[in-house]
Amino acid sequence: MAANSSSGGLAAARVHIALVGCNHRTAPVEFRERVAFTPQQALAAADELRRQGTLEEAVVLSTCNRSELYGVPADSGPDAAQAMENFFTSFHKIPRAELNGRLYRWTGTDAVRHLFRVAAGLDSMMLGEAEILGQLRTAYSQALDHGATGPVLNRAFQGALEVGKRIRSETEVGARPMSVGLAGVKLAERVFGNLDGHSALILGAGAVAEQVVEHLRNRGIGNLRVANRSFDRAADLARRMGGDPIAWDELESVIGLPDIIVTSVSSTGPVLTRALLERAISARGGRPVFVVDLGVPRNVTPDSTGLYNLYLYNIDDLGEIVEQNKKAREQEIPRAEAIIDDHVAKFESWRAAIEASSIVDDLRDRFHKHRELLIREKLSEMPDVSPEERARIAHITEELIERVLEHPAQKLRHGRGLRGRLAGIEALRHLFGLDEGKD
Amino acid sequence: MAHYLGYLSLAVYLASFFCYARILYAPHALLGRLASALLAGGIVLQYFALLERSRWIHTVPYNDLFGSMSLFAWLLGITYLGLEVFHGQRTVGAFVTLLLVIWLVLLHLLASLEVPPPPPARGALFAFHVTLNTWAYAAFALSFVLSMIYLAQDRLLHSRRLGAAFWRFPALDVLDRMARSSVYVGLAALTAGVVMGLLWQHRLSGSYSLGDPKVIVTLAILAAYGAYLRLSRSVTWRGVRAARLCVCNFIIVLFSYTIVNLYFTRFHRFL
Repeated sequence: MAANSSSGGLAAARVHIALVGCNHRTAPVEFRERVAFTPQQALAAADELRRQGTLEEAVVLSTCNRSELYGVPADSGPDAAQAMENFFTSFHKIPRAELNGRLYRWTGTDAVRHLFRVAAGLDSMMLGEAEILGQLRTAYSQALDHGATGPVLNRAFQGALEVGKRIRSETEVGARPMSVGLAGVKLAERVFGNLDGHSALILGAGAVAEQVVEHLRNRGIGNLRVANRSFDRAADLARRMGGDPIAWDELESVIGLPDIIVTSVSSTGPVLTRALLERAISARGGRPVFVVDLGVPRNVTPDSTGLYNLYLYNIDDLGEIVEQNKKAREQEIPRAEAIIDDHVAKFESWRAAIEASSIVDDLRDRFHKHRELLIREKLSEMPDVSPEERARIAHITEELIERVLEHPAQKLRHGRGLRGRLAGIEALRHLFGLDEGKD
Repeated sequence: MAHYLGYLSLAVYLASFFCYARILYAPHALLGRLASALLAGGIVLQYFALLERSRWIHTVPYNDLFGSMSLFAWLLGITYLGLEVFHGQRTVGAFVTLLLVIWLVLLHLLASLEVPPPPPARGALFAFHVTLNTWAYAAFALSFVLSMIYLAQDRLLHSRRLGAAFWRFPALDVLDRMARSSVYVGLAALTAGVVMGLLWQHRLSGSYSLGDPKVIVTLAILAAYGAYLRLSRSVTWRGVRAARLCVCNFIIVLFSYTIVNLYFTRFHRFL
């Protein structure tokens, strides 16, 4: 089949994507860890599938929540997805009996839609999470650099990255913090703006406090001090977090320095009293202090709440904010789906244009072959026809083919409605038997 | 012609408001730039509308309600756009452009659109005096809007009921800095405006009318905003209290612009 220039070297006439995989919804972690691909394995699998002739293009997306194999099958029949599934199970040595509906298969538009939903974070465990977009970009870039992709998957994955970016910038799906740690940091940003150049004091060391510190570090917090009742533990934490350890006795002297205080001390009595915080604010020239109290029982005395320029949040406050954000994100799903619909339609339109071009080329090839056969056959019975007349007959029949093809080609390329164009392409395939191989 | 340009600038400000409001709901870089561009376009159109009026009366349009309020809106737009560029913040734009739109709609509904007869010639010094004072009022109005947003944001932070727009609002620190910048602009303009007014009056009559209620209230405004700038950095006033003070100061500005102009002063009667 003739390659089409607009398809960027597309070899196949049919633009068809198939997907086989599993995610956190269909498979437990015990199964997912068995079917995970390392980056090397992902490239090796893509190579193998193309070498076998099962796929012409392949990308493997493997994260902690999903393992998916995207491909453009050499044969667009229903066997292609089955072949991909067989490869998936044999690659990871999973007996078929263990599959038990854990793998899903999508083809055509459904596969493209699934890819776009994954990029948008709508298929993630935490709705709208941002990490998946980076993971998808990495998986695609590695496959692209390795030469495992082609025009179809390039188009699909570039579209997916665009969808992911658009949804995060135009909807609230990925906007609001969904973890207690991030909520605390985002709230601090509502007070101080950019945290770059600001300072923080970490009291105690809980798992959530470490999350907060990680987010603070990601946002370029300038100075980080760590205090714990055990100085060794403070020193250890400070080393891991990239901060300075502070002896517990020195707390009083440094309490006025930080803009943000994160406290998660296991203590029966309060760690930060109203009087201490009052002195801290005063020592700061009245500049606001943002306190995240992650301790249970609370580390900050409740009467501190009304202190001027003190922004105090405990674990329940942050939990409530996260719950509000979760609901808000869920309300944004229809808007995100609308963006996905828009991009799926664009991909389908591109597919229709590619297929329209290729099917017209196929028809032209077929008509030319028939014409040559017919001319040879008929003119062999007419020896009186001169070479000039033969050339003229050839020219006229060639023009006839072009004229016959002109109208359907126009209709297929610029006809009204994507669905109508795709139906026209399918009808032509069926009527002229273009799926049955070349004669 | 000036009327059409006025209506056109109102339409462009309205379009700008919709863009700013949209980015407040869901951020969009291109739409944000479009909002700023539309605001700039509205300012340019309004400039030509004011220019048409100025050509007719041969001075800055200050001697009728439509002219002075229109000039005020134009200077408010300019001041905000300057602050937006300086602080790199577009999230306040929705509030400022809404204020502009409401102001201009009321202006078109309430004030006479007819161009008044030219006032007696008073010279460039007087024109600068009026323009600078109007600019100061516009800057103070902007600091009022920013302080109100500050207070609303602070209230939300303490109430823990955080709506969609909350996460898009500028940080308290940014609002504080923007309000202060706006007050600096206002104070500089008002000081220069007062000096020019006094010079003009001295040139005209050889004396200074320091006892006129308008002058007294204007000096009180200077003192009030000076106090705001000082207190907004102090231990006990920094933050919400300073924002409240800024809001209160603007009430004095409104009092000066309306009640004092209407009933107390011997001059400065534009209404």
